[in-house]
Amino acid sequence: MPSKISIRIDGELVHARLGQTILEVAAENNKPIPSLCSMKGLRPVGACRLCLVQVEGLGRMLPACTTPVQDGMSVTTDNAKLRGYRQMIIELLLAERNHVCAVCVANGHCELQTAAAKLGVMNTRYAYRYPNHKVDLSHSRFTLDHNRCILCSRCVRACAEVEGAHVWEIGGRGIGSLLVCELNRTWGESKHCTACGKCVQSCPTGALAEKGFAVEEMTKKPEPVSRIAAFREVRP
Amino acid sequence: MTNGKVKVATVWLDGCSGCHMSFLDLDEMLLTIVEKATIVYGPLVDTQEFPEGVDVTLVEGAVANQDDLKLVQKIRQNTRVLVALGDCAVTSNVPSMRNWVPVKKLLERGYIENATETLQIPKDGVPALLRQAVPVGAVVQVDAHIPGCPPSAAAIGKALLDIAAGQPPKLAGMVKFG
Repeated sequence: MPSKISIRIDGELVHARLGQTILEVAAENNKPIPSLCSMKGLRPVGACRLCLVQVEGLGRMLPACTTPVQDGMSVTTDNAKLRGYRQMIIELLLAERNHVCAVCVANGHCELQTAAAKLGVMNTRYAYRYPNHKVDLSHSRFTLDHNRCILCSRCVRACAEVEGAHVWEIGGRGIGSLLVCELNRTWGESKHCTACGKCVQSCPTGALAEKGFAVEEMTKKPEPVSRIAAFREVRP
Repeated sequence: MTNGKVKVATVWLDGCSGCHMSFLDLDEMLLTIVEKATIVYGPLVDTQEFPEGVDVTLVEGAVANQDDLKLVQKIRQNTRVLVALGDCAVTSNVPSMRNWVPVKKLLERGYIENATETLQIPKDGVPALLRQAVPVGAVVQVDAHIPGCPPSAAAIGKALLDIAAGQPPKLAGMVKFG
């Protein structure tokens, strides 16, 4: 099988390498697909479903981040139906927890907020749940606010795959799912956290932040985490 | 419409008035709007009762107490185009941060536990709080949303001019939550 293949993205013929995902090929060809849980260098998991695309000949939609390209594939990345589903996903995320953007440490630097604006989400058609979620301030340098967490698991993967510390995990099921530190310890009690901050920099929202930052002040830099991940890949 | 002008009302429910401040920030654009619209009710004018036959009402703030609820229902009856103005009206925003606390506990915390003088929960002359502060869209039909904390003056002006021209507001790229 040739390593160089051709696929169609929104009708345009583009070249791709075997092993790439639809999301990667689309981004390389200037057709960015919205995504939240995907981060360069981390194993894709298809958690947020924002990158759902249509593949010709298939009845169901597939997440672009976990779907490898195949020769001759024809992918639709944007149309009214996909846009409708993406708006729905954003609205469900906003309604699920207390994303009070106005007083969030990541206001103006949040990928969820940006995605909502880009997709033209003006309001949420679903009833807000207003859950009683806790804020963990026990770590000496960092904060965890479950109210802002979208369970994308970027922190889980950055810690496990790049730092190798395996501090984070998603516990519970369904609507009761929660980011947990080790065996449900507080972050401050963690036995394995190296305080490297890779989880914080990988977090797309204000769920993980550094202490000492006020509203709108927390900017995230996931690129260095991606670069370290890339170095690891080329090692024998 | 009066003299070909759109009748606009503005209302301030459970919010900080920041959206009204942003509205005033329209500066010289207000002159264009005044040619097409007249303000018939709101914190900026001295009308006591919410009038009938209003074309557009901009509602700032979440619906948090009995007075808010009654007023917003009256507004819906008397308004052609109801606009949720700002994050509190659109998402319930900061006022909703009390929503997981039962109202009784909330008031006790504010007026008794954390107070040093006159330890009592106010009852006379203040409306009872609703169980939760909710977006305007949770209690009445909303025709257009302008998110933002506050929305930019440009977005508010664009929305008003669009509605005055008989169009739904097109605010893509002009607004965001927060």
